[in-house]
Amino acid sequence: MTTIAPYRAPQRAGRDGFWQLVHAEWTKFRTVRGWLVAVVLAVVLIDVLGLFLVDVGTNQCNGPCVPAVPTGPGGEAVLDSFYFVHQSLSADGSLTVRVTSLTGKYQPQGGPIGPHTTRGLTRFVVPWAKAGIIIDQSTKQGSAYAAMMVTGQHGVRMQYNYTGDIAGLPGRVSPSSPRWLRLTRSGDTITGYDSADGSHWTKVGTVRLAGLPAAVQAGLFATSPVYFQGNFPSYAQSGGGTSPSTATGVFDHVSLRGGPATGTWSGQFTGANARLDSMPGVGFQHADGRFTITGTGDIAPIVGGGANVNFVTGTIADHLVAVIFGLVVLVVIGAMFVTAEYRRGMMRVTLAASPRRGRVLAAKSVVIGLVCFVLGLPAAAIAVIVGAMISRNHGVYVLPVSWLTELQVIVGIAALLAVAGVLAVAVGTILRRSVLAVATVIAVFVLPYILGDTSVVAPDVSEWMFRVTPIAAFAVQQSVPAYPQVMGQYGPPEYFALPPWAGLLVLCGYAAVALTVACSLLRTRDA
Amino acid sequence: MEATIEVAGLHKRFGPALALDGMSFVVRPGKVTGFVGPNGAGKSTTMRVILGLDAPDAGRALVSGQPYARLRHPLSHIGALLDASALQPGRTARNHLLWLAHSQGLTARRVDEVIEQAGLMPAARRKAGGYSLGMRQRLGIAAAMLGDPPILMLDEPFNGLDPEGIVWMRGFLRALAGEGRAILVSSHLMSELQDTADHLVVVGRGRVIADTGVAELIAAASGDRVTVRTRARAEAMTALTHGGATVAATDRDTLTIAGLPAEQVVALLTEAGVAFSEVAAHRATLEEAYMEMTREAVEFRAQSVEEATP
Repeated sequence: MTTIAPYRAPQRAGRDGFWQLVHAEWTKFRTVRGWLVAVVLAVVLIDVLGLFLVDVGTNQCNGPCVPAVPTGPGGEAVLDSFYFVHQSLSADGSLTVRVTSLTGKYQPQGGPIGPHTTRGLTRFVVPWAKAGIIIDQSTKQGSAYAAMMVTGQHGVRMQYNYTGDIAGLPGRVSPSSPRWLRLTRSGDTITGYDSADGSHWTKVGTVRLAGLPAAVQAGLFATSPVYFQGNFPSYAQSGGGTSPSTATGVFDHVSLRGGPATGTWSGQFTGANARLDSMPGVGFQHADGRFTITGTGDIAPIVGGGANVNFVTGTIADHLVAVIFGLVVLVVIGAMFVTAEYRRGMMRVTLAASPRRGRVLAAKSVVIGLVCFVLGLPAAAIAVIVGAMISRNHGVYVLPVSWLTELQVIVGIAALLAVAGVLAVAVGTILRRSVLAVATVIAVFVLPYILGDTSVVAPDVSEWMFRVTPIAAFAVQQSVPAYPQVMGQYGPPEYFALPPWAGLLVLCGYAAVALTVACSLLRTRDA
Repeated sequence: MEATIEVAGLHKRFGPALALDGMSFVVRPGKVTGFVGPNGAGKSTTMRVILGLDAPDAGRALVSGQPYARLRHPLSHIGALLDASALQPGRTARNHLLWLAHSQGLTARRVDEVIEQAGLMPAARRKAGGYSLGMRQRLGIAAAMLGDPPILMLDEPFNGLDPEGIVWMRGFLRALAGEGRAILVSSHLMSELQDTADHLVVVGRGRVIADTGVAELIAAASGDRVTVRTRARAEAMTALTHGGATVAATDRDTLTIAGLPAEQVVALLTEAGVAFSEVAAHRATLEEAYMEMTREAVEFRAQSVEEATP
């Protein structure tokens, strides 16, 4: 009997590192044409549906659709509309007043009213009606300012540069409970004080208005924003509307120190684009040191939904509405990338080629995650950039955001798709059967998405859907902040309960839990 | 490290069914080891355990002295074909091999080599879903050969092959064993392993019934019998019986003689003047040997069934 020498391979064995495995999984993915077609279709869906089949609303306007909208020092779109009784102040100084009354009117039925409308007006001070004192860089729209004011329901506030808001004395103002307000200017630094009696003063806040010129406008103002009727914030579904309003402030003990001031008070309505700059009674009276000023409008950022302006506003994320459809296709492919292997028994070939099973799961996740991210990035970029252009062509005013915010939305959507894909891979691994896994991943995203629609459920249910379910990640779409000091239509798809990063983190949490379970099952189960 | 498969005391239960019941054997290099037994004997389960796909309840399986899970680039240690249909139908054969190659850090050049080796050349760029079972077997062989491993383990590779394919497969396996590789080939049909296997591991009901060389097995089953072909059957029987042999008529002109060596058979027939056309040592087929060997197991099984019946 002859002895045969054991076989020695003539060639050196290759490496079997993690990246070899990723390479293998990528080869698997790209060599099934159906999958490639489906993922490309997914992103085409996002753009085609998002850009062309979605009605962003058309401005019902005469003349130029999108007016010149001022932006504040922070770059955000602002309303800068109020009745201003002012004089020039060209040195350091201080302005002190006593406010004895804040009253208001609004139109409960909504609808158009003009300067001579009286019927239907009801006495009511809207919550964010404002009357007080202001130091304004100029009377130009969007100029820097700092102001002390009494409000309808939110006590004394110090507000500045449209987005800043600091609370002062609480409670409503009345002749028996007046409020004293003071602003002092030192260079470009403004400090606000309040007092209930004119002798004991409390500092509310100090702000620096960078680049404040020597000559500024100082004076008294009143303004009153559009009021949301119905059970805010669900007014949208209760069929309510928005109502214009006016506010009237009564001031005395007016004292402007420091100089040289011009000495005479002049009144003017400043601003444009407010829902009503022609409400009845707007103007001021001055007698015996007593000023009565009636104004309308707001000094505040413009918020999404366009509720506080007379033109249609939109955000850069308006054309991302079809992301959910693309996401559904991508998670189906993500789940099938795993379950197809189980169905054919190919998982055994895969696990024989790589007995370290956790790595197999990781490699599959990396491939699906990267595919979703790389395809999602241009899809989101097109939907955001081209979408904003289409909105503008439809006469919609797209709320301006910084390029960083734009990047956050685009990268955020790509990341959302990537993490959703990884979650689908994990679910596919856990469930192993295509039908079951596909049904699960669709349900996990689509059900909360439907339940997140306020036209289907109550707003608080909707809020919880976007807080605790995987769709919380859609918060990456939020491009403009919500302001507690501005009444607005704060809900999806413009506004979310969680900040963008936190929403994405919720989805990451789901993916991490699913991956952990999948990994442990994959390791312990017979293949 | 010698290229071997060692299986020791494997037990595995799937629910109420006992799949492996103390399976133990060793596969050595330079030989084709046939892994034979009826369907359900535990062959495929054993192979899955060897590849680390199924975890045994007890016992262990080693590939070249290591548990499979500890092998680096495992496909260069052992190539396996468990299920020829385990592939994505929409992927071409070449791409199927390509992802496997990439998982081991191998290149497309190696893929083209094994495609040629397995005779898949003309069909390699067609979708594997359209392959016949025979073509899939060849694709499976190509996949097993990717890492140029010293050990090959093939589950029912003859299934679905046409006669030409069976001849090719036999030659291929013989050649690989000739290179010093260890080959384990399972089959539920002993005849498939005729002229292919050097060694047999015969299994039934989750354990090894016989672990023996093919030559010894056939010799044992053949005994020292002699076959005589003659027209004068009756005369020949008389002459040989008188000479002290046990004679059985196995065909119209064939006798099988036990108890006498061939030389004496020739002498007795010549002495009696009986004409004959052939005298030869009887050679059992592998199938006969297998049936003989498994008869006991079958009888045992029948007996236990009787006992169990009240």
